[in-house]
Amino acid sequence: MRDRERMRLVVVGHGPAAHRLIETLADRGFDGTVTVFGEEPRPAYDRVALTSYLSGKSVEDLTYPVPDGVTLRTGVRVTAVDRANRTVTTDAGDNEPYDVLVLATGSAPFVPPVPGRDLPGCFVYRTIDDLDAIRDASRDARAGVVIGGGLLGLEAADALRGLGLDTHVIEMSGWLMPRQVDEGGGSVLRGHIEGLGLTIHTGAGVRSIEAGPDGRVASLVKPDGEAIDAQVVVFSAGVRPRDELARACGLEVGERGGVVVDEGMRTSDEHIYAIGECALAGGMVYGLVGPCNTQAEVAADRILRRPAAFTGADMSTKLKLLGVEVAQFGAMSGALDVTYMDPVGGVYKRLFISDDATTLLGGICVGDAGPYSALRPFVGKPLPGAPSDLLFAGAGKASVDLPDDAQVCSCNNVTKGRICEAIADKGLTDVQGIKDCTRAGTTCGSCVPMLKQILVKSGVDVGKALCEHFPHSRAELFDIVNVRGITTFSQLIAEHGTGRGCDICKPVVASILASLGRGHILDGEQATLQDTNDQFLANIQKNGTYSVVPRIPGGEITPDKLIVIGEVARDFGLYTKITGGQRIDLLGARVEQLPAIWRRLVDAGFESGHAYGKALRTVKSCVGSTWCRYGVQDSVGLAIALELRYRGLRSPHKLKAAVSGCARECAEARSKDFGVIATEQGWNLYVAGNGGFKPRHADLLAADLSTDDLVRTIDRFLMFYIRTADRLQRTAAWLESLDGGLDYLREVIMEDSLGICAELDAQMERHVSTYVDEWRAAIEDPDKLRRFVSFVNAPGVPDPSISFETERDQIKPVLIPLEVTRR
Amino acid sequence: MTVLDSTAPNETLALSAHWTPVCSYTDLLPERGAAVLVGDRQVAVFRTFDGALYALGNLDPFSGAYVMSRGIVGTRNGEPTVASPMHKQVFSLVTGVCVDDSAVAVPTYPIRVTDGTVEVSAV
Repeated sequence: MRDRERMRLVVVGHGPAAHRLIETLADRGFDGTVTVFGEEPRPAYDRVALTSYLSGKSVEDLTYPVPDGVTLRTGVRVTAVDRANRTVTTDAGDNEPYDVLVLATGSAPFVPPVPGRDLPGCFVYRTIDDLDAIRDASRDARAGVVIGGGLLGLEAADALRGLGLDTHVIEMSGWLMPRQVDEGGGSVLRGHIEGLGLTIHTGAGVRSIEAGPDGRVASLVKPDGEAIDAQVVVFSAGVRPRDELARACGLEVGERGGVVVDEGMRTSDEHIYAIGECALAGGMVYGLVGPCNTQAEVAADRILRRPAAFTGADMSTKLKLLGVEVAQFGAMSGALDVTYMDPVGGVYKRLFISDDATTLLGGICVGDAGPYSALRPFVGKPLPGAPSDLLFAGAGKASVDLPDDAQVCSCNNVTKGRICEAIADKGLTDVQGIKDCTRAGTTCGSCVPMLKQILVKSGVDVGKALCEHFPHSRAELFDIVNVRGITTFSQLIAEHGTGRGCDICKPVVASILASLGRGHILDGEQATLQDTNDQFLANIQKNGTYSVVPRIPGGEITPDKLIVIGEVARDFGLYTKITGGQRIDLLGARVEQLPAIWRRLVDAGFESGHAYGKALRTVKSCVGSTWCRYGVQDSVGLAIALELRYRGLRSPHKLKAAVSGCARECAEARSKDFGVIATEQGWNLYVAGNGGFKPRHADLLAADLSTDDLVRTIDRFLMFYIRTADRLQRTAAWLESLDGGLDYLREVIMEDSLGICAELDAQMERHVSTYVDEWRAAIEDPDKLRRFVSFVNAPGVPDPSISFETERDQIKPVLIPLEVTRR
Repeated sequence: MTVLDSTAPNETLALSAHWTPVCSYTDLLPERGAAVLVGDRQVAVFRTFDGALYALGNLDPFSGAYVMSRGIVGTRNGEPTVASPMHKQVFSLVTGVCVDDSAVAVPTYPIRVTDGTVEVSAV
């Protein structure tokens, strides 16, 4: 006998809507059993980000986590529903009983009945398997055609272009993206896309797809007889709801497809719900992620016997396609409108207003979606300003005196009221907190600038002050030091700060001065700003001794040098350990031993490894094409060149890097601040990864770079990071905090959108040409050497509190029993 | 608290104390500390930007390591401080009390300059 208390929920389909349903149920304490059948061979993934799979994101990056306790069966298709006995049958031959069934079967791409549509080389654009097939077919292809110039079609066109194909787009209607923009917007959008080298055919259909002698797609013929050379054809001509299961078991379906549901997402059978792209709610099939998520949440609430209703959704969209911002919100027509069109700058904006000129009805933006975030919450509400001003409203400019019921995040249906409530109740102080608490800003991110403003308006001091001595952020201090040519901390704090500094601002300023090449870190006053590690050019350990790490660029070392390290460790009685960065840590040195240790190492050709600094640590490498039978490039050679180029570069936090000689990625480059992976054509550059407390895979910044282009791009990435990051902010958090993220970074350092690349290049050049080994500089300077004593009044006496015992044939600190004096 | 030649947080105690010369005033860098041995006691001495001297116990009470002299010197609300280099707890140079946890303190010792020589009373 089964436990009759527990509800048995079965979900058919495992896409984003199904994922949101089971996640919501888990969050809200559903205590029944959940069984999910997914037709694809893998768990649900983020389909909105599908195209990023081709530009380097992995399946794991895109995959949603499956909540605990859910039974997920992937690669299994449900073939029938027996409503009378409440069971579903699978293609594996199983019968699964249910108390409640949710259909989340999604949609299927519509492929128009064009002759030749089944030829090898014809694809649709929906799943990871589709993308794998397109990528394989593109290897030997020159050109590709996308049939359909809507949102998804342009995504597909972007993908084909990224795969190196000469790309055409065919759109039936008179302009691109007819569901999101009007004719004026469409023409500006077309200008942008043609500027990228794509060929656009509007008002055009397809007569046939023709095969070549090998039986694969060779060309596509338009109704006017024009033939387009193409070895890859992607259909993106809309989708149709997958309602075949529902039809077969007699559920009510719409005339044009879709499982009919009520406001609670329930079908004509009270035990069966339908959500997402297979559902027909209020006569509409919704294809956007926001409404589908809302439907999933409504169904979850109803299953939990809570009140909830889906009564339609905001169909606003903001996206960036092929580098062009496109946004549409509210209505696409109105009694009055204000239009701004700049065909030269490629900007089109149009706002629709009620006939009495008081109410905002909607808007369209191409080329600059600034007004979207600022104005979308005002749809149906009084105009917040003069219409002509609103055309230029952007994040930060338009007022956010929104009513509480205004929807701020349309992807997750979060209102301003709910965000303010979360800020007040939970004492939130940053955007991440809002994201964690409300989900706002977690899907497309377009409302993030608005979230910041709401924080500020709520009286949260999104303080940027470094500490009590400087009201500035680290980035602002960097600019001040850079622009004013400041060379000392005393000058900076006298002119721009208060008091005498502290353990927070002093090392920050020391790092800025070092990044800008303003002298040895132990010269003059700079010596007093350094943390103990930088002061002693070694890493302090728990008993007050230090560790020494010589640089071993790329992890490559000769037997002779290995022997020197061994001899030094033996002679000074140090503990040795191999580090994760492919070098050797020598631990247990007292301060007065450090100069003698360095002298031995420097004489043997070693230099400081900067293990003690917020600086470049290592560039790790695999063995590369010189030895490895799989390697396609010389990863060791490049890693050494990069490590020598950036050695000693001071930064807001430590920097780690790696180079892998092939896609097997043995150097783990994607867990680094910058990682390079060899390709047949050159190098792929990944940025902003890290291991540590919160691991993050690096993002692909650019692909197939030549070595020169690679080095220039890394130069700029590092310098831009050093200039703009907060104190102790690693590249991962820095990238996530940049408005516009990876695209913005690409614009700044690859397209020079801020006009600063020449300066970044010059700063890096200065770093490279003025580098000196800090150890050598210290042992050659008697003034600096005098500081390396345990006691100034007894220079020869070692610290008596330091002692060691032996463990596994090496030293280990003996710790003094600790008695904290509590008053 | 900026007198060069007779600076002592515990003036009355200092009167009867035994002074040990530890180094010359110029051995100390402004805004930096140094460790000295007074008998077998480890003392951290500091010279701040204005020339004032301070002496604290060198033992960091949070980590158990003798490292206080290697911390970064600064101010908190105008009061001179040093931050432990181990886990960054900040201590007042004047009172020895930990600013982040006022239940914890390090000992302070009288310190002065006589004819350019720094003297500590810690025995």
